[in-house]
Amino acid sequence: MTKAHDIGLRMVRNAGGEPGFEVIVGGGLGRTPMIGTTVRDFLPVADLLPYVEAVLSVYNTLGRRDNKYKARIKITVHETGKAEISRMIEDRFAELRPLFGGGDQAVLADIRTAFAPPAFRDAPVAAHDAFYRADPVFRSWADTNLAAHRNAQYAIVTISLKAHGQTPGDATSDQMRIIADLAERYGHSDLRISHEQNVILPHVHKSDLPVLHAALVKAGLGTANVGLLSDIIACPGMDYCALATARSIPVAQELATHFEALKLEHDIGPLKIKISGCINACGHHHVGHIGILGLDRAGVENYQITLGGDGTETAVIGEKTGPGFAYDEIVPAIERILRAYLALRTDPGETFLQAYRRVGLGPFKTALYGEIGQKDAA
Amino acid sequence: MSILVTDTGFLPAPPADAVPLAGIAAHRGVLDLAPTDDPAALRPYLADLTLIRVAFPVFSDGRAFTIARRLRMMGYGGALHAVGPLIADQYAMARRLGFDAVEIPDDLAARQPESQWLFRADWQAHEYQARLRA
Ligand code: SF4
Repeated sequence: MTKAHDIGLRMVRNAGGEPGFEVIVGGGLGRTPMIGTTVRDFLPVADLLPYVEAVLSVYNTLGRRDNKYKARIKITVHETGKAEISRMIEDRFAELRPLFGGGDQAVLADIRTAFAPPAFRDAPVAAHDAFYRADPVFRSWADTNLAAHRNAQYAIVTISLKAHGQTPGDATSDQMRIIADLAERYGHSDLRISHEQNVILPHVHKSDLPVLHAALVKAGLGTANVGLLSDIIACPGMDYCALATARSIPVAQELATHFEALKLEHDIGPLKIKISGCINACGHHHVGHIGILGLDRAGVENYQITLGGDGTETAVIGEKTGPGFAYDEIVPAIERILRAYLALRTDPGETFLQAYRRVGLGPFKTALYGEIGQKDAA
Repeated sequence: MSILVTDTGFLPAPPADAVPLAGIAAHRGVLDLAPTDDPAALRPYLADLTLIRVAFPVFSDGRAFTIARRLRMMGYGGALHAVGPLIADQYAMARRLGFDAVEIPDDLAARQPESQWLFRADWQAHEYQARLRA
């Protein structure tokens, strides 16, 4: 998501192997979605604070003051142009850099000590490997919800808060207590909340995975859907948000239960659906592979679909398909899109996003509106 | 009339015999800057100026903060005043960025009395940016 923020800092290494940042400015979603502009391919770590100060200082000088909707870095970058804004940032940085005498690096070194890696355990994993082969429920969860750890005896666990039919991203107080206990017992007391609204245990020894999984299943936290269709980001929408123009949560719930009933989500594979209940785009629908934006058309909820969005380092703002859909039409519309994808993908390894990039909007528009409807929609 | 706020409290603001940036060639030591002015234009005059007053049209327009900081980075050592309806919470930030004092209108001084500004006169306490720049 570093390309869709006011200032995005992407960790990279230069040719010499030193760590630093690609600096991207002027991204943002909301009513004016924009992918940010790279103003520095490689910024050494020690230059970070003066450089970010330079960006903010230039923005403070140039930023729009006449219209609060345009008082955003993305508007300033867009109106000033990449060449000019880069030059101004570099000039300001040259003035500011000498003022930093190393105090920031001392503070950083202090902070680093608080993030020391845990004392990794060295223990056999053979029992885990045997269990993985023997238990299909565990295997399905492990295949979906685990990521590789740099220590081969360990795994990174994502606990899904997206049980089919539940409010995406919600956990009860009991579940939170259980997760905290499990993190303490099996996760070196470390847990993180992801922007996908799941919980991550970053260090779990593989020998602990079967018992951890069993405890999660018992608490209703064993859903094996990370990165799949039902791992939806939905904003609070009309149910909780005073700014909303439509509901988000029930759309997410119905999508999850509908495709669960069809048993299609594992076949469909990696897919990011993101739902916002108004133009403010808190659900980041513009960068969902499938984005759904709930609007109000003369007092009636109407859902606009965007396709092909991507929030990663290959960031793209999704394209609008055409006229929106009523509340009771949105789930069937998404099914038409995904059935079209299943029919046109070259093989099961071609993801929705890859297929979309290969064939473009056309076939999906036809699936949504039909040949005739497509003309009307144009 | 207006009020000059300093670390020791309120004073009546003395009248300023100031020129705008356009008239800088004929200055008598005191200059008024607008938030749209580029401090780089002052470079040849910096040593002769004794007071620079930078305008804040509204408290939420922070351009004068960047101007103050840039003037101090350019080596300006004379007096520097923020002029306009800043609020008391911003006093510490104004001081940290290089302003010596803030000139506020009388009605604001009535709404935010001296005690509220003195409350932020300890602007050097918890100045984390100074720690990072050390
Ligand atoms: S996108 Fe709109 S409805 Fe959803 S949380 Fe944000 S402001 Fe509220």
